[in-house]
Amino acid sequence: MGAGHSHPLYLPGRSPVHRLPAEVKIVAAFLGVICVVATPREAFGIFAGYLVLLAGIWAAARIPPGWMLSRSLIEAPFVVLAVLLPFTGGEPRLDWLGLSLSEPGLLGAWNILVKGTLGVLTSLTLAATTPLRDLLLGLQRLRAPALVITIATLMVRYIDVIAAEARRMRLARISRGHDPRFLWQVGATARGVGSLFVRSYERGERVHLAMLSRGWAGEMPRLSEDVTTARHWTLGLAPAGVALALAVTGWMIP
Amino acid sequence: MDDPVTAAASLVVDGLAFAYPDGHQALFGVDLRIERGERVALLGPNGAGKTTLALHLNGILSPGHGTVSVGGLPVEKANLREIRRRVGIVFQDPDDQLFMPSVGEDVAFGPANFGVSGAELQARVGAALATVGMSEHRDRSPLHLSGGQRRRVALATVLACEPEILVLDEPSSNLDPVARRELAEVLLGLGTTILMVTHDLPYALQLCPRSVVIDNGEVVADAPTRQLLADADLLRRHRLELPFGFALEN
Repeated sequence: MGAGHSHPLYLPGRSPVHRLPAEVKIVAAFLGVICVVATPREAFGIFAGYLVLLAGIWAAARIPPGWMLSRSLIEAPFVVLAVLLPFTGGEPRLDWLGLSLSEPGLLGAWNILVKGTLGVLTSLTLAATTPLRDLLLGLQRLRAPALVITIATLMVRYIDVIAAEARRMRLARISRGHDPRFLWQVGATARGVGSLFVRSYERGERVHLAMLSRGWAGEMPRLSEDVTTARHWTLGLAPAGVALALAVTGWMIP
Repeated sequence: MDDPVTAAASLVVDGLAFAYPDGHQALFGVDLRIERGERVALLGPNGAGKTTLALHLNGILSPGHGTVSVGGLPVEKANLREIRRRVGIVFQDPDDQLFMPSVGEDVAFGPANFGVSGAELQARVGAALATVGMSEHRDRSPLHLSGGQRRRVALATVLACEPEILVLDEPSSNLDPVARRELAEVLLGLGTTILMVTHDLPYALQLCPRSVVIDNGEVVADAPTRQLLADADLLRRHRLELPFGFALEN
């Protein structure tokens, strides 16, 4: 299921990682991130261990590291503040290439950078091996609230429909000479957004009628018959187990 | 409802009247009976009450007066689930009807809600898609289908519920001539009872031996389609007309 509706973070494949049930991967990724966050920041070697673990999963899933690293740039805007910490942090300070850097500031920046990056890489690994539709099925099996699942499922379907409607409205505007180059000309665009909202709301009402007509009773039916076995869980949680061992080691070493 | 003659009919509408909450009276005592296997066109100008009538058939709207029964089962709150399985409404815009991320999931949505699961659910989905000639598109997103394909998948979504009666709202709208003919071929091959709400009079003639005209919330004509469309005075009185170049002799 889910083929034909891919997202840019998904890399289609038939590897054992791709074939694992989504809920197993979601839980494993969540536990992995918890372990990373719980590792003391001074345990430098342990973070290298996490990276090796992820690289092992990429190898098993046949994901090129370059493909993964280029997408991890998404994190850049969020860690830019970390760069300031070595300059603004407190004593003691050390001199490096003529710059006076704060030692706790450097450690703080490292902490944000390494944990953020490992977290993003873990999420990207999950996204690269799991189609969007399967992620939702996984969340449904993990008993995420029914309303959230319904909204997310409909969003997956309708985001493109609404985007197409917005494109048609834009074409209609510029076909009638609208040329919004200046700030005081954005009024028509803003009204367009308003009418797009109203149209989407009306579509929502019609979709609701169509759902009721086919027996909808407030919850998306479970359509997949795939059964998640103990073997799936064992296999999928093995990397999380390694991550746990790494985190514990990080606390044990002085 | 024990009357065996009544039980045999796919649809019986008796004295149905309905006013919207704002006071607008949309239906004034509609009577309509459709036998099992019949194909009937519901014609009438905009605002005549066609869609209001259609939404009563599966209990989305509840009548002010009168009754509706489907295959002998009255449309009332206690029976709504079974009624919605028996009445398959195909809405005008397939983008409203196809709300799941893939074709297969959309077709499975109805029967899964009505308690079908496992191998039988998969078989239902397969059979419904095969009926409309869309089997190879099972895993695709509805977004990537043509208008005609979407219309046929929308039909499959209700066929999978094995309905007693199909209610089609403007099935030929926005279809190119080939898609229109392909849909007609599918519909003619079904054998299911059909009520087709339409403004497309040649399509009504092609598909439905019988037509009912509704105007101002009342049934104003009920006759064989050819005879009805040949009555120029009747058509004119109810803002209906054949497309340019068409004329029918009685």
